[in-house]
Amino acid sequence: MVSHHRWLFTLLLILIGESSYGQPIRIIKYPDLQQILESPNDSILIVNFWATWCAPCVAEIPHFEKISTQYAASKVKVILVSLDAASLLEKKVEPFIARKRIKSAQVVLLDETDYNTWIDKVSSDWSGALPFTLIINKKTKLMKGFERPFTEAELAAELKPFIQ
Amino acid sequence: MKTAFFLCAVTATFLAVSAFSVIQPGYQIGDKVMDFSLKNVDEKTISLGSDKTTKGYVLVFTCNTCPVAQAYEQRVIDLDKKFASKGYPVIAINANDGQLSPGDSYEAMKKRSADKKYGFPYLIDETQQVAITFGATHTPTVFVVQRQGSDFVIKYIGAIDNNAQDGGQASQKYVQNAVNELLTGQPVAVPTAKAIGCGIKWKKV
Repeated sequence: MVSHHRWLFTLLLILIGESSYGQPIRIIKYPDLQQILESPNDSILIVNFWATWCAPCVAEIPHFEKISTQYAASKVKVILVSLDAASLLEKKVEPFIARKRIKSAQVVLLDETDYNTWIDKVSSDWSGALPFTLIINKKTKLMKGFERPFTEAELAAELKPFIQ
Repeated sequence: MKTAFFLCAVTATFLAVSAFSVIQPGYQIGDKVMDFSLKNVDEKTISLGSDKTTKGYVLVFTCNTCPVAQAYEQRVIDLDKKFASKGYPVIAINANDGQLSPGDSYEAMKKRSADKKYGFPYLIDETQQVAITFGATHTPTVFVVQRQGSDFVIKYIGAIDNNAQDGGQASQKYVQNAVNELLTGQPVAVPTAKAIGCGIKWKKV
């Protein structure tokens, strides 16, 4: 009975999410991010670090959604890691994601503001400038970091070597 | 044949190394700084060597438009108030391309520094060469340099503190600690610290 309710509740959440509110955005901590980056599987992961206050980030977000849809069959998974303040999740991040119709790319908010404790762990190539994007082939362990914004064509070109 | 192969290998290595050095991320701790001349908001040109009395500088790559730089603006003003009299004044440098980011134009810089009553120079790095030489990638980023004879040596690179939203809540005041350590003749305990910020708006080439 309980599980039945839970199932209905989930369905309801999905329906609401799809129709009006956009996807639910999870607030995560560094160990969760580490899990995302390091868990073994056979996907090609694109992880983009962004914030609603970062103009070049906002400009390239639709490219990630498009790539996520286009390359889903090639096991490409896109995760958009917001570095907005957790207190702005409902006021800024969720409305932005709904407005931009981000559905295929998964969005999380990383609530870790003592940046020096984790930036190097994500990539020693990352100075802290936003936007920053990692492309990881989980199978081959091939990984590359990009500390610059992309056009859609640039992102597709950089993704190519990661897809066998 | 062997020699030719060796020469090829040497050339290839040299090319690889020189190609790599082009994208090398600027100064490291302990490096001597090449002095620069940049235009201040009062139209005058400023160099590190202009003022012979300082013990060093707190160089801040910043800008008008970045929300993180804005969040740190008062803290930069306070750093200058605190340390200028002790020999470590602030020099702020804006390297954002004014065409890509009109809010960071020279005129906008003049207005900002007047409105906020900056007590320190706010220099425009129009060619972006100073930012490239230092290896500054985002705003705000601080380089603390110490005068050693006629040279200036990099002693700290990175964030101002570890709480962008509220300086009062910061448990690590990186720049303040570094300057205090330099003033008391101690080594800088935390010589680099990273934080997120706005990527510098590089000119399109």
